[in-house]
Amino acid sequence: MAMIEMKNVSKWYGSFQVLKDCSTRVDKGEVVVVCGPSGSGKSTLIKCVNALEPFQQGEVVIDGISVGAPGTDLPKLRARVGMVFQHFELFPHLSIMENLTLGQIRVLRRSEEEARDKGVKLLERVGLKEQAQKFPGQLSGGQQQRVAIARALAMDPLCMLFDEPTSALDPEMINEVLDVMVELALEGMTMMCVSHEMGFARKVAKRVIFMDQGEIVEDAPKEDFFGKPRSERAQQFLSKILHH
Amino acid sequence: MGALDISFFNADLVSKFLWNGFVFSIQLTLVAMAGGILIGTLLALMRLSGRAWLALPAAAYVNTMRSVPLVMVILWFFLLIPFVTGRPLGAEWSAIITFTLFEAAYYSEIMRAGIQSVSRGQVHAGNALGLSYAQTMRLIILPQAFRNMLPVLLTQTIILFQDTSLVYAIGAYDLLKGFETAGKNFNRPVEAYLLAAAVYFVICYSLSSVVKQLQAKIAIVR
Repeated sequence: MAMIEMKNVSKWYGSFQVLKDCSTRVDKGEVVVVCGPSGSGKSTLIKCVNALEPFQQGEVVIDGISVGAPGTDLPKLRARVGMVFQHFELFPHLSIMENLTLGQIRVLRRSEEEARDKGVKLLERVGLKEQAQKFPGQLSGGQQQRVAIARALAMDPLCMLFDEPTSALDPEMINEVLDVMVELALEGMTMMCVSHEMGFARKVAKRVIFMDQGEIVEDAPKEDFFGKPRSERAQQFLSKILHH
Repeated sequence: MGALDISFFNADLVSKFLWNGFVFSIQLTLVAMAGGILIGTLLALMRLSGRAWLALPAAAYVNTMRSVPLVMVILWFFLLIPFVTGRPLGAEWSAIITFTLFEAAYYSEIMRAGIQSVSRGQVHAGNALGLSYAQTMRLIILPQAFRNMLPVLLTQTIILFQDTSLVYAIGAYDLLKGFETAGKNFNRPVEAYLLAAAVYFVICYSLSSVVKQLQAKIAIVR
Protein backbone atom coordinates (compact mmCIF):
# COMPACT_ATOMS: atom_id res chain seq x y z
CA MET A 1 0.00 0.00 0.00
CA ALA A 2 1.40 3.36 -0.99
CA MET A 3 1.86 5.83 1.86
CA ILE A 4 3.35 8.52 -0.38
CA GLU A 5 2.70 8.57 -4.08
CA MET A 6 4.06 11.20 -6.47
CA LYS A 7 2.68 11.28 -9.98
CA ASN A 8 4.35 13.37 -12.70
CA VAL A 9 5.21 16.27 -10.38
CA SER A 10 6.65 19.31 -12.15
CA LYS A 11 7.64 22.63 -10.68
CA TRP A 12 8.97 25.87 -12.10
CA TYR A 13 10.65 28.91 -10.57
CA GLY A 14 9.61 31.45 -13.16
CA SER A 15 10.71 29.89 -16.43
CA PHE A 16 13.28 27.60 -14.79
CA GLN A 17 12.03 24.06 -14.31
CA VAL A 18 13.31 22.62 -11.00
CA LEU A 19 11.32 19.38 -11.08
CA LYS A 20 10.65 17.49 -14.29
CA ASP A 21 7.84 14.97 -14.32
CA CYS A 22 8.87 13.20 -11.10
CA SER A 23 7.02 10.02 -10.17
CA THR A 24 7.75 7.64 -7.32
CA ARG A 25 6.14 5.99 -4.36
CA VAL A 26 6.97 5.02 -0.81
CA ASP A 27 5.03 2.09 0.57
CA LYS A 28 4.00 1.69 4.17
CA GLY A 29 6.99 0.67 6.28
CA GLU A 30 9.45 1.39 3.50
CA VAL A 31 12.59 3.52 3.76
CA VAL A 32 13.57 5.35 0.59
CA VAL A 33 16.72 7.43 0.31
CA VAL A 34 16.91 10.26 -2.22
CA CYS A 35 20.37 11.34 -3.33
CA GLY A 36 21.94 13.40 -6.06
CA PRO A 37 24.28 16.33 -6.65
CA SER A 38 23.45 19.67 -5.09
CA GLY A 39 20.93 21.62 -7.10
CA SER A 40 19.39 18.45 -8.45
CA GLY A 41 16.01 19.24 -6.88
CA LYS A 42 15.93 16.61 -4.14
CA SER A 43 15.13 19.06 -1.32
CA THR A 44 12.45 20.66 -3.48
CA LEU A 45 11.02 17.23 -4.23
CA ILE A 46 10.68 16.25 -0.58
CA LYS A 47 9.14 19.63 0.29
CA CYS A 48 6.51 19.03 -2.37
CA VAL A 49 5.39 15.93 -0.48
CA ASN A 50 3.73 18.01 2.25
CA ALA A 51 3.28 21.04 -0.01
CA LEU A 52 5.75 23.26 1.80
CA GLU A 53 6.76 24.00 -1.77
CA PRO A 54 3.87 24.40 -4.18
CA PHE A 55 4.09 22.53 -7.49
CA GLN A 56 2.36 23.42 -10.73
CA GLN A 57 1.75 20.03 -12.29
CA GLY A 58 1.16 16.49 -11.15
CA GLU A 59 -0.23 14.98 -7.99
CA VAL A 60 1.02 13.95 -4.55
CA VAL A 61 -1.11 11.53 -2.57
CA ILE A 62 -0.46 10.78 1.09
CA ASP A 63 -2.36 7.91 2.65
CA GLY A 64 -5.07 8.28 0.01
CA ILE A 65 -5.43 12.06 0.31
CA SER A 66 -4.32 14.33 -2.52
CA VAL A 67 -2.06 17.11 -1.23
CA GLY A 68 -2.76 19.63 -3.98
CA ALA A 69 -6.52 19.07 -4.34
CA PRO A 70 -8.65 22.17 -3.64
CA GLY A 71 -10.65 20.73 -0.73
CA THR A 72 -7.71 19.25 1.19
CA ASP A 73 -7.19 20.46 4.76
CA LEU A 74 -3.44 20.98 4.40
CA PRO A 75 -2.63 21.73 8.07
CA LYS A 76 -4.44 18.55 9.10
CA LEU A 77 -2.59 16.49 6.53
CA ARG A 78 0.79 18.03 7.38
CA ALA A 79 0.24 17.27 11.06
CA ARG A 80 0.36 13.57 10.14
CA VAL A 81 3.60 13.89 8.17
CA GLY A 82 6.70 14.38 10.31
CA MET A 83 9.44 16.53 8.86
CA VAL A 84 13.07 17.03 9.84
CA PHE A 85 15.04 19.88 8.28
CA GLN A 86 18.67 20.39 7.36
CA HIS A 87 19.00 23.31 9.77
CA PHE A 88 16.88 21.73 12.54
CA GLU A 89 14.45 24.67 12.69
CA LEU A 90 13.69 24.27 16.35
CA PHE A 91 11.83 27.29 17.68
CA PRO A 92 14.59 29.30 19.40
CA HIS A 93 12.24 31.29 21.65
CA LEU A 94 10.72 28.15 23.19
CA SER A 95 12.26 25.61 25.55
CA ILE A 96 12.97 22.09 24.32
CA MET A 97 9.84 20.83 26.08
CA GLU A 98 7.71 23.61 24.59
CA ASN A 99 9.10 22.74 21.16
CA LEU A 100 7.81 19.20 21.68
CA THR A 101 4.40 20.13 23.08
CA LEU A 102 3.43 23.08 20.85
CA GLY A 103 2.08 21.04 17.93
CA GLN A 104 0.49 18.43 20.18
CA ILE A 105 -1.46 21.08 22.12
CA ARG A 106 -2.29 23.50 19.31
CA VAL A 107 -2.89 21.08 16.47
CA LEU A 108 -3.80 17.72 18.01
CA ARG A 109 -5.61 19.40 20.95
CA ARG A 110 -3.92 17.20 23.51
CA SER A 111 -3.94 18.33 27.12
CA GLU A 112 -0.78 19.97 28.42
CA GLU A 113 -0.13 17.00 30.70
CA GLU A 114 -0.58 14.43 27.98
CA ALA A 115 1.70 16.42 25.67
CA ARG A 116 4.38 16.67 28.35
CA ASP A 117 4.25 12.94 29.08
CA LYS A 118 4.71 12.22 25.41
CA GLY A 119 7.50 14.81 25.24
CA VAL A 120 9.37 13.26 28.16
CA LYS A 121 9.10 9.80 26.63
CA LEU A 122 10.44 10.95 23.29
CA LEU A 123 13.28 12.95 24.83
CA GLU A 124 14.22 9.85 26.78
CA ARG A 125 14.19 7.88 23.57
CA VAL A 126 16.59 10.25 21.81
CA GLY A 127 18.71 10.42 24.96
CA LEU A 128 18.04 14.05 25.89
CA LYS A 129 15.72 13.87 28.88
CA GLU A 130 18.00 16.12 30.93
CA GLN A 131 17.76 18.95 28.39
CA ALA A 132 13.97 19.50 28.58
CA GLN A 133 14.15 22.91 30.21
CA LYS A 134 16.98 24.27 28.07
CA PHE A 135 16.62 26.37 24.94
CA PRO A 136 17.68 25.19 21.47
CA GLY A 137 20.63 27.61 21.38
CA GLN A 138 22.15 25.84 24.38
CA LEU A 139 22.34 22.46 22.62
CA SER A 140 24.86 21.10 20.11
CA GLY A 141 23.82 20.59 16.51
CA GLY A 142 23.46 16.85 16.95
CA GLN A 143 21.34 17.31 20.05
CA GLN A 144 19.15 19.86 18.29
CA GLN A 145 18.55 17.52 15.39
CA ARG A 146 17.59 14.71 17.76
CA VAL A 147 15.12 17.07 19.43
CA ALA A 148 13.76 17.94 15.97
CA ILE A 149 13.18 14.24 15.30
CA ALA A 150 11.44 13.89 18.66
CA ARG A 151 9.29 16.94 17.87
CA ALA A 152 8.15 15.34 14.63
CA LEU A 153 7.49 11.99 16.33
CA ALA A 154 5.40 13.69 19.03
CA MET A 155 2.69 14.17 16.42
CA ASP A 156 2.42 10.38 15.89
CA PRO A 157 3.12 10.76 12.18
CA LEU A 158 2.11 8.29 9.48
CA CYS A 159 5.46 8.80 7.80
CA MET A 160 8.61 10.89 8.20
CA LEU A 161 10.39 13.15 5.74
CA PHE A 162 14.07 13.96 6.28
CA ASP A 163 15.65 16.79 4.31
CA GLU A 164 19.44 16.32 4.55
CA PRO A 165 19.26 15.80 8.31
CA THR A 166 22.99 15.39 8.81
CA SER A 167 24.55 17.70 6.25
CA ALA A 168 24.70 20.73 8.57
CA LEU A 169 26.30 18.73 11.38
CA ASP A 170 29.91 18.48 12.49
CA PRO A 171 31.26 15.03 11.55
CA GLU A 172 31.42 13.76 15.13
CA MET A 173 27.69 14.41 15.56
CA ILE A 174 26.41 12.67 12.46
CA ASN A 175 26.25 9.22 13.97
CA GLU A 176 24.16 10.15 17.00
CA VAL A 177 21.48 11.38 14.59
CA LEU A 178 21.83 8.45 12.18
CA ASP A 179 21.51 6.01 15.09
CA VAL A 180 18.11 7.47 15.96
CA MET A 181 17.07 7.26 12.30
CA VAL A 182 18.21 3.65 11.96
CA GLU A 183 16.26 2.73 15.06
CA LEU A 184 13.16 4.38 13.62
CA ALA A 185 13.59 2.55 10.33
CA LEU A 186 13.99 -0.80 12.06
CA GLU A 187 10.76 -0.16 13.96
CA GLY A 188 8.96 0.04 10.64
CA MET A 189 8.48 3.79 10.23
CA THR A 190 7.77 4.87 6.68
CA MET A 191 10.61 7.22 5.75
CA MET A 192 11.67 9.33 2.81
CA CYS A 193 15.17 10.70 3.36
CA VAL A 194 17.16 13.12 1.28
CA SER A 195 20.66 12.15 2.34
CA HIS A 196 24.18 11.51 1.15
CA GLU A 197 24.81 9.07 3.96
CA MET A 198 25.31 5.99 1.82
CA GLY A 199 26.15 3.91 4.89
CA PHE A 200 22.69 4.70 6.22
CA ALA A 201 21.13 3.89 2.85
CA ARG A 202 22.96 0.55 2.71
CA LYS A 203 21.83 -0.33 6.19
CA VAL A 204 18.13 0.45 6.11
CA ALA A 205 16.93 1.69 2.72
CA LYS A 206 14.75 -0.47 0.56
CA ARG A 207 15.13 1.72 -2.49
CA VAL A 208 17.43 4.52 -3.56
CA ILE A 209 16.32 7.36 -5.80
CA PHE A 210 18.98 9.27 -7.72
CA MET A 211 18.12 12.74 -8.98
CA ASP A 212 19.94 15.04 -11.36
CA GLN A 213 18.84 18.33 -12.90
CA GLY A 214 15.31 18.03 -11.58
CA GLU A 215 14.74 14.52 -12.88
CA ILE A 216 14.48 11.19 -11.17
CA VAL A 217 17.22 9.43 -13.10
CA GLU A 218 17.22 6.21 -11.15
CA ASP A 219 14.73 4.62 -8.78
CA ALA A 220 16.02 1.19 -7.90
CA PRO A 221 16.16 -1.35 -5.08
CA LYS A 222 19.18 -0.70 -2.88
CA GLU A 223 21.06 -3.81 -4.05
CA ASP A 224 20.73 -2.79 -7.69
CA PHE A 225 21.67 0.80 -7.04
CA PHE A 226 24.85 0.03 -5.17
CA GLY A 227 25.61 -3.02 -7.32
CA LYS A 228 25.24 -1.69 -10.82
CA PRO A 229 23.57 1.69 -11.33
CA ARG A 230 22.27 1.80 -14.86
CA SER A 231 22.81 5.48 -15.58
CA GLU A 232 26.23 6.98 -16.11
CA ARG A 233 25.32 10.03 -14.03
CA ALA A 234 24.53 7.89 -11.00
CA GLN A 235 27.81 5.99 -11.44
CA GLN A 236 29.75 9.23 -11.57
CA PHE A 237 27.96 10.56 -8.51
CA LEU A 238 28.60 7.39 -6.52
CA SER A 239 32.26 7.31 -7.46
CA LYS A 240 32.60 10.89 -6.27
CA ILE A 241 31.02 10.42 -2.86
CA LEU A 242 32.20 6.92 -2.07
CA HIS A 243 35.93 7.16 -2.81
CA HIS A 244 37.66 9.70 -0.66
CA MET B 1 20.83 90.01 30.29
CA GLY B 2 19.47 89.08 33.68
CA ALA B 3 20.79 86.19 35.76
CA LEU B 4 19.04 82.83 35.57
CA ASP B 5 16.77 82.12 38.53
CA ILE B 6 15.22 78.71 38.95
CA SER B 7 14.08 79.25 42.53
CA PHE B 8 10.45 79.09 41.36
CA PHE B 9 10.98 75.40 40.59
CA ASN B 10 9.64 73.47 43.62
CA ALA B 11 7.30 70.65 44.57
CA ASP B 12 4.32 72.97 44.51
CA LEU B 13 5.05 73.96 40.93
CA VAL B 14 5.49 70.36 39.91
CA SER B 15 2.11 69.34 41.28
CA LYS B 16 0.35 72.48 40.05
CA PHE B 17 1.71 72.82 36.53
CA LEU B 18 3.80 69.84 35.50
CA TRP B 19 2.34 66.62 36.86
CA ASN B 20 -0.80 66.54 34.71
CA GLY B 21 1.16 67.38 31.60
CA PHE B 22 3.75 64.71 32.41
CA VAL B 23 1.04 62.10 32.94
CA PHE B 24 -0.60 62.98 29.63
CA SER B 25 2.70 62.81 27.73
CA ILE B 26 3.38 59.36 29.19
CA GLN B 27 -0.17 58.19 28.52
CA LEU B 28 0.00 59.42 24.96
CA THR B 29 3.34 57.68 24.45
CA LEU B 30 2.20 54.37 25.92
CA VAL B 31 -1.17 54.24 24.15
CA ALA B 32 0.32 55.28 20.80
CA MET B 33 3.10 52.71 21.26
CA ALA B 34 0.75 49.82 22.08
CA GLY B 35 -1.81 50.77 19.44
CA GLY B 36 0.89 51.65 16.91
CA ILE B 37 2.67 48.31 17.31
CA LEU B 38 -0.63 46.43 17.05
CA ILE B 39 -1.86 48.24 13.94
CA GLY B 40 1.70 48.37 12.57
CA THR B 41 2.00 44.59 12.88
CA LEU B 42 -1.28 44.14 11.00
CA LEU B 43 -0.06 46.52 8.29
CA ALA B 44 3.22 44.61 8.07
CA LEU B 45 1.37 41.29 7.72
CA MET B 46 -0.81 42.81 5.00
CA ARG B 47 2.25 44.01 3.10
CA LEU B 48 3.93 40.62 3.38
CA SER B 49 0.79 38.63 2.54
CA GLY B 50 1.62 38.44 -1.15
CA ARG B 51 -1.94 39.49 -1.98
CA ALA B 52 -2.17 42.74 -3.89
CA TRP B 53 -5.55 43.75 -2.48
CA LEU B 54 -4.05 43.64 1.03
CA ALA B 55 -0.51 44.74 0.29
CA LEU B 56 -1.25 47.79 -1.84
CA PRO B 57 -3.57 49.65 0.56
CA ALA B 58 -1.19 48.94 3.44
CA ALA B 59 1.80 50.20 1.45
CA ALA B 60 -0.11 53.29 0.38
CA TYR B 61 -1.07 54.05 3.98
CA VAL B 62 2.47 53.59 5.32
CA ASN B 63 4.10 55.61 2.57
CA THR B 64 1.61 58.45 2.92
CA MET B 65 2.04 58.71 6.68
CA ARG B 66 5.80 58.59 6.39
CA SER B 67 5.82 61.35 3.81
CA VAL B 68 3.88 64.05 5.66
CA PRO B 69 4.88 66.06 8.76
CA LEU B 70 3.37 64.84 12.01
CA VAL B 71 2.28 68.29 13.14
CA MET B 72 0.28 68.64 9.95
CA VAL B 73 -1.51 65.32 10.55
CA ILE B 74 -2.26 66.41 14.14
CA LEU B 75 -3.85 69.66 12.96
CA TRP B 76 -5.58 68.06 10.04
CA PHE B 77 -7.21 65.33 12.14
CA PHE B 78 -8.16 67.82 14.85
CA LEU B 79 -9.97 69.98 12.29
CA LEU B 80 -11.37 67.13 10.25
CA ILE B 81 -13.27 65.41 13.05
CA PRO B 82 -15.69 68.25 13.85
CA PHE B 83 -16.12 68.74 10.12
CA VAL B 84 -17.18 65.10 9.65
CA THR B 85 -19.03 64.32 12.88
CA GLY B 86 -20.33 67.78 13.65
CA ARG B 87 -18.76 68.03 17.09
CA PRO B 88 -15.17 68.33 18.32
CA LEU B 89 -13.39 65.36 19.88
CA GLY B 90 -11.21 67.29 22.33
CA ALA B 91 -7.49 67.87 21.96
CA GLU B 92 -6.40 64.93 24.13
CA TRP B 93 -8.44 62.25 22.37
CA SER B 94 -7.63 63.74 19.03
CA ALA B 95 -3.92 63.55 19.87
CA ILE B 96 -4.12 59.94 21.06
CA ILE B 97 -5.87 58.75 17.89
CA THR B 98 -3.59 60.75 15.59
CA PHE B 99 -0.39 59.53 17.23
CA THR B 100 -1.56 55.91 17.17
CA LEU B 101 -2.40 56.06 13.47
CA PHE B 102 0.75 57.98 12.58
CA GLU B 103 3.18 55.85 14.59
CA ALA B 104 1.58 52.67 13.22
CA ALA B 105 3.26 53.49 9.89
CA TYR B 106 6.71 53.62 11.48
CA TYR B 107 6.20 50.58 13.72
CA SER B 108 4.89 48.73 10.67
CA GLU B 109 8.20 49.16 8.84
CA ILE B 110 10.07 47.93 11.92
CA MET B 111 7.84 44.87 12.29
CA ARG B 112 8.12 44.15 8.57
CA ALA B 113 11.91 44.06 8.88
CA GLY B 114 11.52 41.93 12.01
CA ILE B 115 9.29 39.37 10.31
CA GLN B 116 11.70 39.16 7.39
CA SER B 117 14.58 38.63 9.81
CA VAL B 118 13.09 35.27 10.83
CA SER B 119 14.21 32.54 8.44
CA ARG B 120 11.84 30.95 5.96
CA GLY B 121 12.67 27.60 7.55
CA GLN B 122 10.81 28.62 10.71
CA VAL B 123 7.63 29.11 8.68
CA HIS B 124 8.19 25.69 7.11
CA ALA B 125 8.73 24.11 10.52
CA GLY B 126 5.50 25.61 11.85
CA ASN B 127 3.55 24.57 8.78
CA ALA B 128 5.03 21.08 8.83
CA LEU B 129 3.68 20.60 12.37
CA GLY B 130 0.21 21.39 11.04
CA LEU B 131 -0.03 24.92 12.41
CA SER B 132 -2.24 27.24 10.37
CA TYR B 133 -0.90 30.46 8.85
CA ALA B 134 -2.31 32.49 11.74
CA GLN B 135 -0.88 30.11 14.37
CA THR B 136 2.53 30.05 12.71
CA MET B 137 2.60 33.84 12.71
CA ARG B 138 1.30 34.29 16.25
CA LEU B 139 3.23 31.49 17.96
CA ILE B 140 6.45 31.23 15.93
CA ILE B 141 7.26 34.21 13.73
CA LEU B 142 5.94 37.29 15.54
CA PRO B 143 7.48 36.47 18.95
CA GLN B 144 10.88 36.13 17.28
CA ALA B 145 10.36 39.21 15.11
CA PHE B 146 9.35 41.20 18.16
CA ARG B 147 12.36 40.04 20.15
CA ASN B 148 14.78 40.77 17.32
CA MET B 149 13.33 44.24 16.85
CA LEU B 150 12.86 45.21 20.51
CA PRO B 151 15.74 47.74 20.59
CA VAL B 152 14.50 49.42 17.41
CA LEU B 153 10.91 49.47 18.66
CA LEU B 154 12.05 51.15 21.87
CA THR B 155 14.16 53.67 19.98
CA GLN B 156 11.10 54.56 17.94
CA THR B 157 9.17 54.96 21.20
CA ILE B 158 11.76 57.44 22.49
CA ILE B 159 11.28 59.47 19.33
CA LEU B 160 7.53 59.18 19.85
CA PHE B 161 7.89 60.55 23.38
CA GLN B 162 9.81 63.55 22.07
CA ASP B 163 7.22 64.09 19.36
CA THR B 164 4.37 64.25 21.87
CA SER B 165 5.45 67.87 22.46
CA LEU B 166 3.92 68.64 19.04
CA VAL B 167 0.43 68.53 20.56
CA TYR B 168 1.03 72.19 21.41
CA ALA B 169 -0.40 72.77 17.92
CA ILE B 170 -3.89 71.81 19.08
CA GLY B 171 -3.55 73.11 22.62
CA ALA B 172 -3.40 69.80 24.50
CA TYR B 173 -1.80 70.03 27.93
CA ASP B 174 1.40 67.94 27.87
CA LEU B 175 4.71 68.11 29.71
CA LEU B 176 6.14 70.91 27.57
CA LYS B 177 2.93 72.89 27.84
CA GLY B 178 3.20 72.51 31.64
CA PHE B 179 6.66 74.08 31.62
CA GLU B 180 5.50 76.79 29.28
CA THR B 181 2.53 77.68 31.51
CA ALA B 182 4.71 77.69 34.62
CA GLY B 183 7.26 79.91 32.87
CA LYS B 184 4.56 82.40 31.92
CA ASN B 185 3.11 82.41 35.44
CA PHE B 186 6.42 83.23 37.10
CA ASN B 187 7.60 85.32 34.20
CA ARG B 188 10.63 83.02 33.80
CA PRO B 189 10.14 81.50 30.30
CA VAL B 190 13.86 80.99 29.58
CA GLU B 191 14.45 79.04 32.78
CA ALA B 192 11.26 77.04 32.25
CA TYR B 193 12.31 75.92 28.78
CA LEU B 194 15.82 75.08 30.04
CA LEU B 195 14.33 72.91 32.77
CA ALA B 196 12.01 71.31 30.25
CA ALA B 197 15.00 70.44 28.07
CA ALA B 198 16.76 68.92 31.08
CA VAL B 199 13.74 66.76 31.95
CA TYR B 200 13.30 65.52 28.35
CA PHE B 201 17.03 64.82 28.19
CA VAL B 202 17.09 62.77 31.40
CA ILE B 203 14.07 60.67 30.37
CA CYS B 204 15.23 60.01 26.81
CA TYR B 205 18.87 59.46 27.69
CA SER B 206 18.07 56.89 30.38
CA LEU B 207 15.74 55.07 28.00
CA SER B 208 18.48 55.02 25.37
CA SER B 209 20.86 53.45 27.89
CA VAL B 210 18.27 50.75 28.57
CA VAL B 211 18.05 50.08 24.83
CA LYS B 212 21.84 49.76 24.63
CA GLN B 213 21.90 47.19 27.40
CA LEU B 214 19.04 45.30 25.77
CA GLN B 215 20.89 45.21 22.48
CA ALA B 216 23.92 43.66 24.12
CA LYS B 217 21.73 41.08 25.85
CA ILE B 218 19.90 40.08 22.67
CA ALA B 219 23.21 39.83 20.82
CA ILE B 220 24.28 37.16 23.33
CA VAL B 221 21.06 35.15 23.08
CA ARG B 222 21.30 34.96 19.29
